[in-house]
Amino acid sequence: MSQIGSFALLLSLALCAYSFLAGILALVNNGPGSERLGETARRAGVASFAVVFLAAVVLVVAAFQNDFSIAYIFHHSNRDLPAPYKFATLWSGQEGSLLFWALLLSAYGLVLRLRYKTDVRLFAYASVIIAAVQVFFLLLLNFAANPFGVMQGTLPADGTGLNPLLQYPEMVIHPPMLYLGYVGFTVPFAFALAALIMRYPGEKWIQITRRWTMVTWGFLTCGVFLGAHWAYSVLGWGGYWGWDPVENASLMPWLTGTAFLHSVMMQEKRGMLKTWNMWLIFSTFMLSIFGTFLTRSGVVSSVHAFAQSSIGDWFVAFLAIIFATCLFFYVKNRSHLRSEHKLESLVSRESSFLFNNLLLLVACFTVLWGTLFPVLSEWVQGTKVTVGPPFFNRVNIPVALLLLLLTAVGPLLAWRRTSVESLKRNFLWPAIGALALGVLLVALGMKPWQDVSYFYSLMTIMLSALVAFTVISEFVRGGRVIGRHTSQNLFASMVQLAHRNTRRYGGYIVHFGVIVIMIGFAGSVFNQDKEQEMGFGDKMTIGAYTLVCQSYTQDDNPNYGSEWAVMNVFKGGKQIATLNPERRFYKASQQTSTMVANRSTPQEDLYVVYEGQNPDTGRPIIKVHLNPLVMWIWLGVWIMIVGTVVALIPNAVPVRVSAPARMRAEPVGAVD
Amino acid sequence: MKIGKSLSSRAKRGIWVSVAPASCRLSRGHLALGSAGADAPTTAAETAALQVFGAGGRDSSSLALLGMTGLLLKRGAQLVVLTLTVFTLLGAGDQSARFNDLGHKMMCVCGCNQILLECNHVGCAYSERMRAELATAVDRGDNDDLTLQGFVQKYGTTVMAAPTKTGFNRVAWVTPYLVLVLGLVMVTVIVRAWRSRPLVLPDGSVAAVHGAELEHFRNQARKDTEV
Repeated sequence: MSQIGSFALLLSLALCAYSFLAGILALVNNGPGSERLGETARRAGVASFAVVFLAAVVLVVAAFQNDFSIAYIFHHSNRDLPAPYKFATLWSGQEGSLLFWALLLSAYGLVLRLRYKTDVRLFAYASVIIAAVQVFFLLLLNFAANPFGVMQGTLPADGTGLNPLLQYPEMVIHPPMLYLGYVGFTVPFAFALAALIMRYPGEKWIQITRRWTMVTWGFLTCGVFLGAHWAYSVLGWGGYWGWDPVENASLMPWLTGTAFLHSVMMQEKRGMLKTWNMWLIFSTFMLSIFGTFLTRSGVVSSVHAFAQSSIGDWFVAFLAIIFATCLFFYVKNRSHLRSEHKLESLVSRESSFLFNNLLLLVACFTVLWGTLFPVLSEWVQGTKVTVGPPFFNRVNIPVALLLLLLTAVGPLLAWRRTSVESLKRNFLWPAIGALALGVLLVALGMKPWQDVSYFYSLMTIMLSALVAFTVISEFVRGGRVIGRHTSQNLFASMVQLAHRNTRRYGGYIVHFGVIVIMIGFAGSVFNQDKEQEMGFGDKMTIGAYTLVCQSYTQDDNPNYGSEWAVMNVFKGGKQIATLNPERRFYKASQQTSTMVANRSTPQEDLYVVYEGQNPDTGRPIIKVHLNPLVMWIWLGVWIMIVGTVVALIPNAVPVRVSAPARMRAEPVGAVD
Repeated sequence: MKIGKSLSSRAKRGIWVSVAPASCRLSRGHLALGSAGADAPTTAAETAALQVFGAGGRDSSSLALLGMTGLLLKRGAQLVVLTLTVFTLLGAGDQSARFNDLGHKMMCVCGCNQILLECNHVGCAYSERMRAELATAVDRGDNDDLTLQGFVQKYGTTVMAAPTKTGFNRVAWVTPYLVLVLGLVMVTVIVRAWRSRPLVLPDGSVAAVHGAELEHFRNQARKDTEV
């Protein structure tokens, strides 16, 4: 089994190396055979997918067959591991996750190489760049982190099992989503570099890559928030984001990718910010690689770093090569990136994009800076310091609030110039609504002067309301105009409006999702928690809830043994739920893990953790968190996904209206 | 009620209460004491005074004066006791808030990379001990700086959840704001440069445009006026 896998990896390296070298030769030489050579390079790239896929299948089959002669399977699986986690073994460790990365990259490469007829030459350049990235990962897999390395000595009877923290349903989905995001940014990067190298005329390459970028961004968004949900559900500390280096590593490319999705519109529509966009997508790709480096190298300590080794040097070298290549072609062809238009007014869509990009990049820089500062501190002053949540929250929250303000203002500004009357018309009522909400919250007892966190919370809710009101007013106004001409009801008109310009209105839906998430974040200021030893019949009161310990029980299965509590939950004297917080002991890995019991409502989460027994008294310890508005975060993510899907739907043909009606109609939801 | 107990005794038992709106909790405690500690004994005292003075056979005005004086004395004593109790509880509440605040400024050093009060490993070799030490320091009345300094001396600089604002660590705090300011300056300069860029027009009269060039201008006009 291991020989088949190793051979497949070696063959895929050969194919990708050929695809890269033959592709370059075909592009550089314009001789008679160059076209055929280029075609062989493309086909080698296509074939590489099949071979890497074979290697991945071999590893998964080895996990299912409990082939502990393969060291990777021995270290990340065991006989009694449930089937979904055996499948997840593929990305549960260093070598497997690199193979998974290579597999996804070759899958993206496959799609790109099969669609080459869209623009043969541009796709040929992009294919070569993707082949180069594939070669790097396959070199790693063949020579530094081979997943098919065999065990030395006596064959073990059972494996050491999968890390208990990874034995959770979301771990079957979260890494693939995150990797689809990370790896996916290779494609827009490849197109951007290809366009720069060949001095590609016009902005067609951006239109070609727009869908790639949005899909990739959507996957990364899902991956980041699935990770947050996993941390919330498994780690049992009551939070979802701890500014851990690995969390930060996933956030950084998301921030630059978000900046790119916004600023690229300026290039599409106005031919501006060409250099900026080029470097934004370069940075996003480099940050994806950097994130993998952080996760793998052990340069910073992290609770999430499940697969560390000494392959960091490979990544540093690869990052240096990428940067040097990008810089070289930028310097060589920068004249190609001259802006076609000038900015005409500060109050315009263009300037709002500039400020949006600035804030997103400052947030990204802060995350990068905070993540790397411990290393810098050790280098400069000889002592390592910790840069944790207090730093990131303090610096990033004001930036996030400014971004929220721009989210409200930016989309309603016109390209080139916006008049004062237009500003008044668009913002007066939403602003009054947001202010009224703020006053109402203060009247209800929210005291922003008591603590800065209350102030931030209030501002977040007010600005989120401002965004919501502007988005809703955009939909309603556009819907009314369409409704006047088509006699449809308002909802149907709004659906039609969105369908006429899916990108614009899909974007609004994404913004709406963002504010729902932000409201969820704002709720964390009011978190409460309580910890108590609880015997039978003991009570604990937190907020409006009373928990009564009904009993404790134990269970056992081949994979793990568990202790769990039966807690009756009362509210207003009435029993509303029974929760079963659990603590598991995994036999193969000899490690424990918590399974949180969570009663989630839109108002708050009642989050109960069975922490184990007090070693002195032998009594069970229960920790309860009351976390307001957490459900809003997950709801917001769903809204963002819906918005992204809407933005990916092709625009409908504009509705035909009669000539007089057309003359009366305002220009709403124009085709993109 | 756990508020009345010392933090260190709770720390030793591994019991923690961390409620964000501490002021609300205290006010609720105060009200509860007010009803149980003042109303019931007052009624009893009044009854007792009337019984005692009534049994002595004094006239009604003297009886009323003495009763009033006794009542006032008892009320005064109750007020003192109540005030002391409230201040004691208030102190405990402050200590609880301080404990919570300081505990969120430090990390558990077991390697879990979590905030001290959020480390939830039962049997963690460090967090329980560190929490107990923190509770002792807060009980002892050490100020925040002294408490944190003690932890840094014992566990090293990595125990602090964020860089201090001294020496080289100041760079960590200043740099993001500096980048933001520099970015703002840069954007402003770029915007100004773009706005002042002269529009290049051909000499003489404007020539008519045709064909592909006209189509290009039409496309641009369409993009510019797009909603």
